[in-house]
Amino acid sequence: MAQRMIWARLAKVALLALSLLVAGAVTAAIEVRQFDDPVLQQRYDSLAASLRCPKCANQAIGDSDSPIAGDMRERVALLLEEGRSDREIQDYMIDRFGEYVLYNPRLTDRTWLLWGLPAALVVLGAVVIALIVRARRNASNRALSAEERQRLEALINRERTR
Amino acid sequence: MKRRLLLLIPLAIFAILAVFLYQGLSLNPSARDSALLAREFPAFQLSTLEDPDATVDESLLTGQVTLVNVWGEWCPTCKQEMPQLLELAERGVRLVGVDYKDTRAKGQAFLEEFGNPFEVNVFDPEGSLGFDLGVYGAPETFLVDAEGIIRYHHTGYITPEDVERTILPEVKKWRSE
Repeated sequence: MAQRMIWARLAKVALLALSLLVAGAVTAAIEVRQFDDPVLQQRYDSLAASLRCPKCANQAIGDSDSPIAGDMRERVALLLEEGRSDREIQDYMIDRFGEYVLYNPRLTDRTWLLWGLPAALVVLGAVVIALIVRARRNASNRALSAEERQRLEALINRERTR
Repeated sequence: MKRRLLLLIPLAIFAILAVFLYQGLSLNPSARDSALLAREFPAFQLSTLEDPDATVDESLLTGQVTLVNVWGEWCPTCKQEMPQLLELAERGVRLVGVDYKDTRAKGQAFLEEFGNPFEVNVFDPEGSLGFDLGVYGAPETFLVDAEGIIRYHHTGYITPEDVERTILPEVKKWRSE
């Protein structure tokens, strides 16, 4: 019985792995640009993964088969071969399609809140934790008042005399 | 009492977040301002759809307020948009078409079937002008003022309501500038 369950589970895992493989094969169907220079190839791949397709819902131009994503990949390849820097290629796309095309928005006066808020929240959390810890420590270290000592003694004595 | 008030902080944060998120529900995620607003119409040099030997460039768009409509025979919503464009032309708006990623024969057949509101059509088979305009689908419409500066951008097809509500007022506004 237990053995059968293990087999069923293995089959499930195998099926999942297979479907992932197939999914990989489908995305690989998008035409992939090959460069002789491995550095250019690496830059092309990272640009294609970091530029957002303006037409599609949340896909990088390297993942989308929409016509505009194809045009953009082609243009990226062309600009790379012209010797433009990554920054220049990003600017080129922003000039036409807006800041939207960057998956990693740049730090500007419009985006500082976006970048700063998580860090600010972490700092705020640390401050709150520190305050709580300090308050607790103070509470436990506080000396007993005369009245409290009396009560404590009374309790101890009651235990002893029993 | 003070401690009690502190307990309200999460509730306050939640309320603020809820207001923002609620507003987000009514936003259109695909509506974005064109990157070209308030910038010059990109330079180009292309032939016209009507005549392969006639070359036009961006100077075509200076002198008066012009509505530039990017269309293609392959684009179904462009067909639905034609009656509105014809009406705009009838009401005195100057229209220039960009036949985007199309063949000459198909583009010409399209105009014959659905009417031609355009003074001239720029023929852009490779989509190079479209790319410089940041066009990622047709139809898209740009309003260019008399100095050749892009002043308004409309993504998707222009509905009959859009004609009255946005396009004509924008044309009027930039004519009087």
